[in-house]
Amino acid sequence: MELTVGPNQFFWKAEDWSTLYDDLAQAPVNRVVLGELVCSKRLPFYQDAILPAVETLVNAGKEVALTSLALVTLKRESKMTHDLAEAGVEVEINDLTVLAHLPKGMSFSVGPLVNVYNEGTLRWLVSRGATRICLPPELPLASVETLAKAGQEAGVAIEVWGHGRIPLAISGRCYHARLHGRIKDNCQFACEDDPDGLEVATSDGEPFLSMNGVQTLSDSCASMAYHIDALSQAGVSALRLSPQSKGFVQTCALYRQAIEGEIDADHLSDELVSVSGGMRLSDGLLTGARGADWSGKAA
Amino acid sequence: MVMEIVCPAGTPAALRAAVKAGAHTIYCGFADETNARNFPGLNFSRDEMVEGVAFAHQHGSKVLVAINTFPRAGSEDLWHAAVRDAKIAGADAVILADPGLLAYAAEHHSDLRRHLSVQAAAANADIINFYGAEFGVKRVVLPRVLSVPEIAAINNETDIETEVFVFGGLCVMAEGRCSLSSYATGLSPNMNGVCSPASHVEYVEDHGALSAKLGGYTIHSVGAGEPAPYPTLCKGCFSAGEKTAHLFEDPVSLNAEHLIPQLAKAGVTALKIEGRQRSRSYVAQVVKNFRAAVEAVDQGRALPEGMLARLSEGQAVTSGAYKKTWR
Repeated sequence: MELTVGPNQFFWKAEDWSTLYDDLAQAPVNRVVLGELVCSKRLPFYQDAILPAVETLVNAGKEVALTSLALVTLKRESKMTHDLAEAGVEVEINDLTVLAHLPKGMSFSVGPLVNVYNEGTLRWLVSRGATRICLPPELPLASVETLAKAGQEAGVAIEVWGHGRIPLAISGRCYHARLHGRIKDNCQFACEDDPDGLEVATSDGEPFLSMNGVQTLSDSCASMAYHIDALSQAGVSALRLSPQSKGFVQTCALYRQAIEGEIDADHLSDELVSVSGGMRLSDGLLTGARGADWSGKAA
Repeated sequence: MVMEIVCPAGTPAALRAAVKAGAHTIYCGFADETNARNFPGLNFSRDEMVEGVAFAHQHGSKVLVAINTFPRAGSEDLWHAAVRDAKIAGADAVILADPGLLAYAAEHHSDLRRHLSVQAAAANADIINFYGAEFGVKRVVLPRVLSVPEIAAINNETDIETEVFVFGGLCVMAEGRCSLSSYATGLSPNMNGVCSPASHVEYVEDHGALSAKLGGYTIHSVGAGEPAPYPTLCKGCFSAGEKTAHLFEDPVSLNAEHLIPQLAKAGVTALKIEGRQRSRSYVAQVVKNFRAAVEAVDQGRALPEGMLARLSEGQAVTSGAYKKTWR
């Protein structure tokens, strides 16, 4: 099983952003997807660092792709999307809008924010040039198994959300700005102080969600620690790990050790909690009654 | 040209009420997980759909069948059958969101008109034109993330008709791209056609407070004796940083009635009313009001004032993303 690092979902300082990719060049991962997924207003702060990071990763032997935005509404976002298709690096589409800009016949990969729920959509994407598909985190194991089989038949690699806060929703409204009494156009980059998102708790104090500008994520960190064998047997070829501010390179190494059979799921999940500074884990979207559920031992 | 009023019907009785009240078009779905309002006791059997379409056509109204959830892997036949049966019933169009299902409908039922559901969240002219070229989509229901000037700009760049929501429940997230309900309950709009389902709601009284919970998470808490709102996840009261508030959206519903003249100028073809779960009297009242409004706009008269406010949830209304400051 391979490991893919997904695009950083959060707004980090440019130097922290670059450090992540310098470190990942040495990490035991196969593939890295980078670029801005969530908010086009963040991009100017680290845009110049993207191509150097790509070069560093390629020189280290990693496969590299650039992500599209998750939601394209503005004119300048359409232009950004168009430019992406011409950057000379494989594109991971996270909004079908990108297909309107890719030359027909050009291959691409599909990220977890494109709704691939069934074989018909999978086959249609393959007919359009998809060579790799990361399934939406919402899918239960039965769907993953069916789609992994369809992927094998169609000759595309299937990836599953393996680790990280789960992208649950995207909106036209910026919740960070709203929290500070501002609107999106005058957000003053309210999301920049929350490198893993801002905790959203219920009114009785239970951590629930995580706010990240126009995106809403789970508070818990999804982990496929207990399902690596099942996913591998289903024909899933890669786990996607989503960057977090603490212990991310160790997290990549831990998954690699688990895939190689060097550590078991209990050990892996204990270590994941430890290196992240105490994140809670979940895997309920794949196997639980609710997405927030966790099949490992209680914290 | 008078803008088209597209009205919901959760039951055959609501369909007849809407037709009699003057709805140009009715949308409805089959009673299963193929439609995004898969609520107990709602929606149409195959026979009811045949009768409903016939009744609407006799009165000069059209019927659109929403098949707008994302087919489950391994079970696409159920969704394919829904498209086929909508065609057999004589539906004027199907409303679809899933690319695989659009591809199926375009290939196997090419003469059945295809509309793109709001669940596809097609938010710019490039993707709208792409859906037109790829699947022959004739109309797109725009996601509730766009301002009126952005809708006008889209209409300048596409020949595909646009339909926009003007009244009723309001998603604050891009539709079809939200798994919040799955996370809290295991059931979602995309997979099951439900959001914040009643099966996972409980009201708990404790120390003088009444909590409305969804999947065990407290979404609202009020003093005992006060009415607790339904715990729709994105309209809940939560804490972040120093603040406890409706962080995503207040418990409001959409009313863009006063924007009808601007939406007409922006080139919008049809106005959509949310609420297949609503009663037939509600549906009839909303249709009458909107029909009067679009005819006033068409004839250059002023809009009839404030007729809909009392029909809105909790009396609080918003014009949503149509005003840029909503963001």
